[in-house]
Amino acid sequence: MLVERVMTGEPLVAVERLSRRHGQTQAVDAVSFTLERGQILGFLGLNGAGKSTTMRMLAGVLAPDAGRILIDGADLLDQPRRAKQAIGYLPEQPPLYQESTVDEQLCYSARLHGLDRAASHRAMAQVKARCGLANVGQRLTGNLSKGYRQRVGIAQALLHDPPVLILDEPTAGLDPVQAREIRALIRELGRERGVILSTHLLPEVQATCSHVQIMQSGRLVFAGALAELQQRRQSACLRIGLNAPPPVVELARLPTITRVENLGGGQFRLHHAAGAAPARALLDQAHVGGWDLWELTPERASLEQIFVELTLGWETAE
Amino acid sequence: MIRVIAARELRGLFLSPLAWTLLAVTEALLAWIFLILVNDFQNARGRLAALEHAPGVTDLVVAPLFRVAAWALLLLAPLLTMRLFSEEQRTGTLDLLLSAPVRASQIVLGKYLGVLTFLLSAVALMALMPLTLMAGATLDGGKLLAGLLGLSLLAASCAAAGLYLSSLTAQPIVAATATFGLLLAFWIVDVGAGRGTASELFGYLSLPRHNDALLLGLVRSEDVAYYLLFSVAFLGLTIRRLDNLRLQG
Repeated sequence: MLVERVMTGEPLVAVERLSRRHGQTQAVDAVSFTLERGQILGFLGLNGAGKSTTMRMLAGVLAPDAGRILIDGADLLDQPRRAKQAIGYLPEQPPLYQESTVDEQLCYSARLHGLDRAASHRAMAQVKARCGLANVGQRLTGNLSKGYRQRVGIAQALLHDPPVLILDEPTAGLDPVQAREIRALIRELGRERGVILSTHLLPEVQATCSHVQIMQSGRLVFAGALAELQQRRQSACLRIGLNAPPPVVELARLPTITRVENLGGGQFRLHHAAGAAPARALLDQAHVGGWDLWELTPERASLEQIFVELTLGWETAE
Repeated sequence: MIRVIAARELRGLFLSPLAWTLLAVTEALLAWIFLILVNDFQNARGRLAALEHAPGVTDLVVAPLFRVAAWALLLLAPLLTMRLFSEEQRTGTLDLLLSAPVRASQIVLGKYLGVLTFLLSAVALMALMPLTLMAGATLDGGKLLAGLLGLSLLAASCAAAGLYLSSLTAQPIVAATATFGLLLAFWIVDVGAGRGTASELFGYLSLPRHNDALLLGLVRSEDVAYYLLFSVAFLGLTIRRLDNLRLQG
């Protein structure tokens, strides 16, 4: 089956114009994307951007108002059980029964996903070893620390060996060491699966994901490989300091400069097109005009800046 | 799949102190009433012996005991069913069920059968007391079984109503209160009903009235159908509600 799919090039997850309203607000607005095996897709956005709503719809917990979701070739609305069998879902709050032990919880989840008793126990042993839960099998999930609860939640999503993993803020509330462990686990899982994870932490995306999607007010404002996002950093600016600055208009007239910011004290930030190198021309002009240049620093926008620019809807320097 | 969900539900009930407390309290109260009934029967033995076609111990002890047991079910059912869906909505564990490859009907039936099994074991416990009478008296087996059938059908109806109301709210205590109110309304709907077609309707709607004939040993398909329809209606509503939860979010 796998070979067949690779040959036809059908993506593991295909989402077409997915929409969903919550009362008056459009929580998700015509979102489309695809996910291939081996991709780890990071959903990035501020709180309330529509990440969780999208993920809930992917997991079949929430019905979309419009749009289509294909998971492993099965339509989530027409063949919900086939599609759901292919999904492992970790909601924002790991769905754990407080009064169950870890073993009971995992066993129940495995049986719900159609594994028989023997298969459940095999899967449990494997998954517990993988998620570092071997020693807590008899503890009540309600008594576990947040980190362990999160791990049980991930273990639960892995039990039936789904090709698609949907993890809603998998590292929320974890300490840095735990978060690193979980990220390593996700990277490992992403090798043979398709993983979608949501977060509002940029470093997490940089550390784990191969692809990024940034959501803002229910819309996708960026979708592409992580490298593409990083390339945007090149569309950078020059920071200059002049003792005898000319009028700003004159600076803006320099080749390839798109925008000039006056920082005060003779300092300016010159935004220029991606890939352009205006430094040469600037130096010449400074010499000719006698601007007395004392600082010239290329500035790169951090990922953080790009994120803020994208989510606040500013025009990025294209 | 239904069995897996039912087994978890039943296990959860047996692990919770609430269920054990409820069983202990109802059993103690019923035992007290049972003692009073047996005592009354003992005292009336002389007078009964003089009667022709005198009512037996099944009519004078078992039937009144089961009548009280029906009231006990009215209290038990809301408290046992209140957490079924509301707790899962509150803690978010419902997501596990909704994202699993399971039908809504399977989830509903699983939970229903789980709680019903517990309620039926409570009914079985209630039946143990009259069975001890067999040591010194002859019981009317037919009447006893009919009475048990009545209690079981009543339990099935109460559980279905409780299951539905528990799916409507995320607060267990609200679900329990609403279930108790609804069942009580069906309990006393015929109170004050005189004669006439409207009164007949109210009489027909009354939950315990359909149990009266069964307590006399009379199994009428009309009564059995009433309880079954009552249960199926609420189960259907619950399945609808679960599908709606996906739409409403």
